[in-house]
Amino acid sequence: MNKKLLIGAAGALSLLLSSVGTAAEKPEEIQVGITAFLSGPASVFGEPAKAAAEMMVEEMNAAGGIGGVPLKTYFIDEGAGGEAVLAEYRRLVQDVGVDAMFASISSGNCNKVAPLAEDLKILNFMWDCGTQRIFEENDYRYVFRTQGHATPEMLSSVLYLLKTKPDFKKIAVVNQDYAWGRESWKMFSAALKAMKPDVEIVAEFFPKFGAPDFSTEISRLQALRPDVILSTSWGGDLDTFVRQASQRGLTNSSTLVLPLAESSLERLGKALPPGHIVGTRGDHYFLHPEKKSDPAFSKFVAAFKDKTGAYPIYPVFHMSQALNALKGAYEKAIAANGGKWPDREQVVDAMAGLSFAGLGREVRIREDNQGIEDQLLGTTIHAEGHDFAVLDKMMMFDGDEVTTPVGQESVSWLEKLAPGFVDKVRVESFEHGS
Amino acid sequence: MNLQLLALAIFDGIAHAALVFMVAVGLTLIFGVLRILNVAHGSFYAIGAYLVASVGGAIFAAGWSPWLAFPLMLIAAALVGVLLGGPIERLLLKRIYAKEEALQLLVTFAVFMILEDVQRLVWGVQPYFEATALQSLGNVEVFGVYYTVYQLILLPLVALAVLLALRLFLRRTLSGRLILAVTEDREAATSIGIDADRIYLLTFVLGASLAAFGGALASATTSVLPGIGADMIVLSFAVAATAGLGQIEGAALAALLIGLGRSFAVYLMPELEVLIPYLIMLLVLLWRPEGLFGVARTRKI
Repeated sequence: MNKKLLIGAAGALSLLLSSVGTAAEKPEEIQVGITAFLSGPASVFGEPAKAAAEMMVEEMNAAGGIGGVPLKTYFIDEGAGGEAVLAEYRRLVQDVGVDAMFASISSGNCNKVAPLAEDLKILNFMWDCGTQRIFEENDYRYVFRTQGHATPEMLSSVLYLLKTKPDFKKIAVVNQDYAWGRESWKMFSAALKAMKPDVEIVAEFFPKFGAPDFSTEISRLQALRPDVILSTSWGGDLDTFVRQASQRGLTNSSTLVLPLAESSLERLGKALPPGHIVGTRGDHYFLHPEKKSDPAFSKFVAAFKDKTGAYPIYPVFHMSQALNALKGAYEKAIAANGGKWPDREQVVDAMAGLSFAGLGREVRIREDNQGIEDQLLGTTIHAEGHDFAVLDKMMMFDGDEVTTPVGQESVSWLEKLAPGFVDKVRVESFEHGS
Repeated sequence: MNLQLLALAIFDGIAHAALVFMVAVGLTLIFGVLRILNVAHGSFYAIGAYLVASVGGAIFAAGWSPWLAFPLMLIAAALVGVLLGGPIERLLLKRIYAKEEALQLLVTFAVFMILEDVQRLVWGVQPYFEATALQSLGNVEVFGVYYTVYQLILLPLVALAVLLALRLFLRRTLSGRLILAVTEDREAATSIGIDADRIYLLTFVLGASLAAFGGALASATTSVLPGIGADMIVLSFAVAATAGLGQIEGAALAALLIGLGRSFAVYLMPELEVLIPYLIMLLVLLWRPEGLFGVARTRKI
């Protein structure tokens, strides 16, 4: 008995010694905490992102992880509410000792998590939330956004609309009644009024978040006959609105502008008719015109469809960006450290000016920690080979041109845009199937 | 506001009221007899909707006739009432009738939470949309605005039919009269030999079926996704409280008031849309604390 114990202890000790001897601080794994909605209406984003994270981490680990160290992920359900997210966040950082956090999908959670990350001195990627305020109102060392924010998304939607439909007169909006619905309209309308001062806003609807029925709004809109209807809604709300609008012929008389509809295309099927404008919250599209013939991209898309039954949507792309940013930061820090494993502060230092690519185009971290991401929009068509609407007449906007400059506040920057900006802005065009 | 918009707002209001009525009437019926405010009522609504959306989606994809959507709704409603409502009343609620109200509320709330998770387990989190029933009836043009026949004509007709059928059932059939008797005075009813247990079960199954039927009808018009039950239960509480708990006709009138109030708000002051049902409830309760049709009762000691 005693002998066994002794051998065991000696073995353990020698193991410890040998590991200390070869690589001074190289950990056994890099632990990453990820917050995502796994319940509630926004789980339409969280569930695909989680599935993607698991697939991508498995693939990264099979290829040797980051600098030879495998990744391990922990998930927090944002659907449990802000307080629970903060408590779980603390637990992962302080008790489990994760190396980085990806938080979060909800802008409300990003607002709460950013100062906490700063307090805990933990590298935090805002991997999916859209609020533009965070870096405009605060300076952070540990918080980065590995994707664009709401301003480029809204501005590129206005630009696309003005480029494809310059002569429209009347617009109406149907957004969800919560922070995102209100904020996005504030930015969209600021940019629109600046570049097209004669536009007439005929109705502003903010139905309740999760409203099951838009019949009354649709009747009202049919009577008002706006040329364009904006909706930045998403998930079930967007699906319901689009279906009810197309059932009742509203989509024949008005052009819809739907900056988040890339995430609903497959679910909506043919209920989304041709000729409506769809945004992708970046350049996120399973038929990405530049990437779809890339074998790594098409292999992932096929594997994802196989695993989850659906094509990847933008949160999947955002997840790939966050994971690649983490990999890029570690590799940059290792190189800067002469090949030795970096400490946490060195990894944070490496984030400055980092460029990385997920499934889409390259993203660059700007000096205010904001990611600069190009924006892809298109117009729906019903094309052969797909039983749902896909994108045609695609335009890619340069992230540098459509993102609020460092140190400026988004809404006042948008308000100062000149009508000539529409013609000045650089655009790359793509057709479906090209 | 011109005549055209007035008419449009009324149509929209009636269509909305029809759906709300279906759920609220079940809630108020159960409260009238069991004296329990059943939060799990929202789950019956959601499960009815999920059942029709998922089964409907599967059988229409397999090429079955779209007209089967209508019998499917009735079957789903009956299934939810009997297979879910029945056991819940028998195994759970029956034990707590004598307990205080706060506890009863908590128990039904717990059932609601459990059923929310059951829905996630069975149907996942992605929205379902199955509008075959609505599409098969087509559109109708009124004042230059297209309405679906389903929402403009069918839903109000079904709501009216349910109201009349309930009236007939409660006033003209033996079971219905027994229900009324228990609603009126539980002790007196049991003392003259009415089997209150049976009446409780019957009422609960009927109420649950009505909620599920409401969900089944709504499923053709909306996305079915997590959380729809919670939304509906809050609105039907407002309707039931405005009506006076236990009042069938009151529920119809209150649903109509709230439906119209909401649609007029969208036309005139969209910002008030969410507030309107509760404003109406507040005004009615200030004026008649027992609700529109409620009867003031002397408290028994």
